[in-house]
Parts: sequence; structure tokens; C-alpha cells
Amino acid sequence: MSKTNFSELNPAWGDRQPILVGFLCNWCSYRAADLAGTSRLGYPATLRDIRIMCTGRLDPAFVLKALREGADGVLVMGCHPGQCHYQEGNYKAMRRIALLRRTLAQLGVHPDRVQLAWASAAQGTIFTEKVAAMTDVVGRLGPLEWRDTIEDPAPQMKVLSLEEVAHG
Amino acid sequence: MTEERVGVYVCHCGHNIAGTVDVEAVAQWAQTLPYVAVARDYRFMCSSLGQELIEKDIKELGLTRVVVAACSPHMHEPTFRGVSARAGLNPYLMEMANIREHASWVHRDDMAAATDKAKALVAGAVRRALELKPLEPFKAAIKETTLVVGGGIAGITAALEIANAGYPVVMVEREPSIGGHMAQLDKTFPTLDCSACILTPKMFDVGTHPNITLLTYSEVEQVDGYVGNFTVRVRKKARKINTDVCTGCGDCWSRCPAKVVDEVFEAGLGYRTAVYRPFPQAVPKYPVIDVESCIYFQKGTCRACEKFCPTGAISFDQEDEVIVLSVGNIVLATGYKTFDPRQIPQYGYGRLANVFTSMEFERMVNAAGPTGGKVVLRDGVTTPKSVGIIHCVGSRDHRFNRYCSATCCMAALKFSHLVKERTNAEVYQFYIDMRASFKDYEEFYVRILDEGAHMVRGRVAEVTDAARQPGEEGKLIIQVEDTLIGRQRRIPVDMVILMVGMEPQEDAVEISHLFGIGCSTAGFFTERHPKLDPVATMTDGIFICGACQGPKDIPESVGQGAATAARVLSLIGQKEVEIEPIRAQIDESRCSGCRVCNTMCPYSAIDYIEELGVSRVNPALCKGCGTCVAACPSQVITGQHFTYEAIMAQIEGLLYDVRSGNGHKTVAEPQPVEVA
Repeated sequence: MSKTNFSELNPAWGDRQPILVGFLCNWCSYRAADLAGTSRLGYPATLRDIRIMCTGRLDPAFVLKALREGADGVLVMGCHPGQCHYQEGNYKAMRRIALLRRTLAQLGVHPDRVQLAWASAAQGTIFTEKVAAMTDVVGRLGPLEWRDTIEDPAPQMKVLSLEEVAHG
Repeated sequence: MTEERVGVYVCHCGHNIAGTVDVEAVAQWAQTLPYVAVARDYRFMCSSLGQELIEKDIKELGLTRVVVAACSPHMHEPTFRGVSARAGLNPYLMEMANIREHASWVHRDDMAAATDKAKALVAGAVRRALELKPLEPFKAAIKETTLVVGGGIAGITAALEIANAGYPVVMVEREPSIGGHMAQLDKTFPTLDCSACILTPKMFDVGTHPNITLLTYSEVEQVDGYVGNFTVRVRKKARKINTDVCTGCGDCWSRCPAKVVDEVFEAGLGYRTAVYRPFPQAVPKYPVIDVESCIYFQKGTCRACEKFCPTGAISFDQEDEVIVLSVGNIVLATGYKTFDPRQIPQYGYGRLANVFTSMEFERMVNAAGPTGGKVVLRDGVTTPKSVGIIHCVGSRDHRFNRYCSATCCMAALKFSHLVKERTNAEVYQFYIDMRASFKDYEEFYVRILDEGAHMVRGRVAEVTDAARQPGEEGKLIIQVEDTLIGRQRRIPVDMVILMVGMEPQEDAVEISHLFGIGCSTAGFFTERHPKLDPVATMTDGIFICGACQGPKDIPESVGQGAATAARVLSLIGQKEVEIEPIRAQIDESRCSGCRVCNTMCPYSAIDYIEELGVSRVNPALCKGCGTCVAACPSQVITGQHFTYEAIMAQIEGLLYDVRSGNGHKTVAEPQPVEVA
């Protein structure tokens, strides 16, 4: 696989390349990524992945966190609809990501920076194609540099226990 | 967190990782990460020396977390958890960074990029490791009963092996009898053993074994639970026969006036009655009434079987029965179906009478089949003088199935022998490549060549009845490019046999969902590891054998059936099983009782406790998917081992270089995430 010069896609990259954070479910897409490795399928070195048990575990806050910490895009991959190891976690992810993309668009972040896709454990090529396609999309969009444009992240909201509420 | 001490171990995996990732640089760099007490690289971390190295460090340096940057956790997580446990460190404080499958093997053209990515993955793993909490696996007793789904030769072998070891087995078979495809065959290659002669004793053993409960004409409807403790709901379809009094005498089917084509056992070549037993050696011996074709059920009158039954066993108002089983392990041996050659219209199946499928031919040559073993054309009387056998029908074909069906070459050679034996007809084999691997197969091939089979190398273009040349009238003409002589040929024959490929069962995908196992896009069930764990699945306690996993012949299916039995017996022998403690937990003191999680849970594992006004997770039902964790508006559900803090920390670690510069504005040094 020839190396992409991302500044040709968007001059804002300079000598940098896009960084994507991946959330891969344990049962299908993480294993598709493993299969891509075992099969020696090349794909852009832009994705840094995190294994979660199910895309249903994906808290939208994780996506926001990744963007805030400097990722240029987030790729969430799960089992095909109807094939979730936990029956329907991927449907939950579908709903959450759809909502999140709309919200991000309102915040000025291009919704294609957050994508959801499916790959079964046997689909190493679908995984690599998705990473390559998303790298290309984000490459054209240019760096997000969200953390440079937002204020310091607010301290996390602490949920008080009943005792803490009662006793100040 | 100040006293945390992390050990980072970067594996070379010989050349597999070190060939692309600068492992020494990764280890040296990891040494500089906060809380890392030691970072080493080593040729093979999974070797005994590698494992001892980590164990020694844990003990001598007092490590509190271990990060192993090596292969996929699906490969060696159990290995390195074992290392931690042996050294006295809670195994759930070990984290792996997958720098082989996810870095070195996929970025082989760019060492710098692969090394950078490996560093990011290690940084993520270190940050995540610091947030991990010690966990204790659940222990659960293993129920001794095993469920075997599918009564073909693979399932039969598995069931008998387990039952002979003294443990109870329940076998569920969809058809009225066990036996599967093997029961349909006449002879088996390469020995030409009579298929029924070697199969029926095993079927009989299954039917009479004190440890085997046989549920035929039954299907699994629902599966719940986990390894050692599955609850399975089976629908026993109404046979409309009272098996307590039926003797299997046959008076009912010999009097039944309804005749229908038997698409299952006779492969469409023969007929059966509405009340029928698929074949004489069926186990169990009881017939079933096929409601769809029964005159009484369709038109309201007949009841001939009832009148003639000497024991009063006909039971028209019998209903389906639902049986709930409690089993420890499940063996799936659901088999295959054959390719439908109507999808290749140029081969003429269904249009040209004397084009047969291989399964039809199996029934034809079977002495117990519709023609009594006579090889005849569709008219039932004419003996063919020449037979063309077309290989790879639906297999090795990018339009249908790219894979090789593995059994057809040898079956075609067997047919060649049987045609010669019964009719002395000329036999033409049209093949792409002859595949005769495995013991005695090549010898069988040579024997068939010696018997005078004509071998034509080339994929057949067309089978037609349109004669163009003298001698072709009334024949089926096979148009083929003979690639060995490099010319087009038209070969007229009386009979054509299509060697149809093996495909996953029609409902294989639904079956895989029912049991929660993976299946390939083609529909074959996915094994845990293609080489080292071929009969286990990603779901503990569920095993696969036979052609449901991929095309296979009888010896291979038997071998896999026995292998699943060994795996099941080894689990039963352990008496109890360790279950990953990855579960959701609700902090009840902070739960608002909104019940959002209740409806999220696909397993109904969350109950609302009315008196306390809070929700509570039932750990026996929870499978740890984490969807409730992500949904909780108060963030008071913890997804063990995949906690909010651990994932947030891993994100920060993965993006360590972006956070600290690399063209981006530096905001702050990496800090441990604030814990809510």
C-alpha cells in the first residue's frame, strides 16, 4: 500500500496524517481486524483502536472525548444488524451514533468524522476497506483540531449519592 | 495511584512484530511513561522463558499492573493472565496491546508508522491498565447433560462418545429419523463400504443407549444461559402418532392413499406417503403424519391409517410439545444442504429429464432406493449407455460459492465405479482439478482410471438436447473445452450427473444467532481458531462438528464429532467452570430509579426493586455487554473491566502524542483521568 500524502487531500495536514480512534466490538469487528492482520491485509496506519465488548457499550461521551483529545475522526464498528453477540447492542449504537452525529453537526463538526459500520468476524476486507474509506473522508475534511478551538474541558460532573445530598 | 508500578513487555514474536515494529524503541520509550517501573522486549513473550521473565518481575519489582504488547488478546490473553495469577497478581490487572494483528502485520510497508501506532497502542494499554480493578471470576457448576443438535454422522459420533463415557446426552433432530445425509448414500469412498451397513448400527446404538434421550422431529427454539448452564427450549413437533403404542409395523403407510414426492430423503427421486417413515432402518422406528399432504388434515375425510392401525397409535389431535432442557454443553452438528443446480440453467436440470443431481443418483444406486438400485434414465426402464459426470457444480465458481466442496471429486469417482458395475456404460468425468487428498484417495483415483473412466479437463459450458451432428439425436450433448487437448468438444451421453456442492443449511444464519455463535458470510459456523481450536466456538460451551463448519466428508465429520465429545468431556471433568466476571453493577446509593436500564437490557437481567426505588443487576443473567452502562443517565452503572474510567484513560493514552504536541497546541501533560 503506497503512503498517502494527506496534504494533497487537504493542505491543512502539512506533514501530518489523520488520526482516527476506533471502537471495535469484541466479537465481530475486533476479530475482523485480527483477521485483517492474520491475512496480512494492509490499511492506512491511521486507526488506533479500543476493544469494547459490544458497540452497545459505546457511551457517546467516549466519542466526544476522543475528538476532544485530538482525534480527527472516530470509527465505531460492530456486528452486522441482527448478528449482535448480545442480540441488539448494535441497534442501540445505531440510535446513539445517529443522534450524536446530528449533535456534532450542530456544534460545527462534520458528521462524517464519526462513522458507524459493520463487519463480521470473517470480514477482514470489509474492515480494511472501511478504515481506508474513512481515512480518505477525514483526509479530505482536514484536521479537526477541536481541542484547540474549545475551551478547557469542564471537570466531569459528579453524581452525588443520597447521603452527600442530604448532608451537603 | 502513586504506588502503582507497571511492567511493559514488548514481544518480538520472532520476526512477526520485530520485522515491522521497532520493538526495542517501543520498550525504551515505554520506560519513560508515568508509573512504568520496567519495560522490556523479548523474542517470544509467550515462551516459557518469556513468561518466567514477567513472573520474576512481578515478584521482584512488586509490579501492580502488567501490559503485554504482543498479539491479539483473543490469542494470548489467557496465557498472560495465567502468568499474572501464578506470580500472585490478579489476572484482570494484565492488559494486552495488540501490536501484531493491529500493527505489524497490517502496516508492513511503513516501519515508522507501525512503530508509532504500536507506541500509541501501548500508551493506551498502560493508561487503561492503571484504571483496571482486580476481579474474581465466577465459578459455576457444569451440568453433566449435553445437547447434541443434529443426528447425522457427526452428531451421532459426538453423542455416542459422550454417552459411552457415562454422561447423559439429549439429541435433537429436525427430521423424523436420525441418520442425516449418510443414510441416503449407497457406498462410501474410497473403500466402497456400504453406507447403511456402517451407519445403522450406530443409529441403533443412539436409539437404545441408556444415556441418550432422542428427540426427533424436534427443533431448538430458544437458548439461554452460559457454559455449564444452558437452558434450551425444544419444540417437539406433533408426530400425530402415539409412540407409546406404535410398533412401527407399517400398516399405516402401506394403506395411506396420499402420495407425494419425497424431497428430503429420496432427494425428489421417489415418493412417500403422507404417513411415512423416511427409510426402513429409521431410528426411531415410528412414522410421522405430514399434515401438509395428509388427506384427512386437508380435506377432512380419510383416516385410513387410523382404521388399519392394529394398536390404535394414530393420534390426529396430538399437539406440539415444548420441552425445556437444562444442559451444560451444546454440540452443533446441523450439517449441510446441496446446491440447487437450477441456478445454472445451461446445465438443464429440471428442464432436461436425464440430468440428475448427485444426491438423486445416490438414491438411484441405493438398493433401497426408488429404482431398487438400478441405474436407469428418468423413464425408469432405459439403461444408459454413456454417462457424463460434471464436477464443481456450484463450487469453485465465483457466481455461487468460491470454495471447494471437498467431497465431490471422490464421490464422482465412486459414481464412475458404480455406473460401470451396474451398466457397463461409458463414463466421462468433466473436472477442473482432481482433488484426491487424504489416505487411500489417490489410490482410488488411479483405480477408477484403470477401470476406464474418460477424464475431460474443463468446465462444462452447456448441456443441451439440440443435436447438431449425426449421432447426437436423442442424446444430451455436453459442450466443453477440453483444456488438455486445447479444443472444444461435444460429447453425447444418455445421462448427466451434476456433482452439486455443499452449502450451509438454509437457516444456518438463524441457527448461529439462536446459539450466539459466529458464522461466515457463506453461512458456515466459525470455529474459535482455524488450526488449533477447530471444534470450539467463540461462545464457551458451544461446539461445532461436521459439515455445518465447512464442507467435509465422512471420516472428517466423524473425527470432528469425536473431537467435540473430547472437549465436552474435558469440561464436564472439571466439574465447575470459571466465567469471566465482566458484568454490570449498579451503585444503588446513587441510582435514581429511572428504569432506563431496565428496558435496555436484552437479557432482562435488571430488576427494579420497588421497596428501594432502585434497579439491580442479576449477575447470573447479565452477560456484560455494557449497553445499560452507556445508557445510564446518572452514570452509576459500572461495566466491570470496561469501566468509564478505563476507557476514558485508554483514549487519552492512545492520543498521547496528539495531546502533547505533534503540531497540535499543547494543553496539558497527560494526567490520570479524574474519577467520577
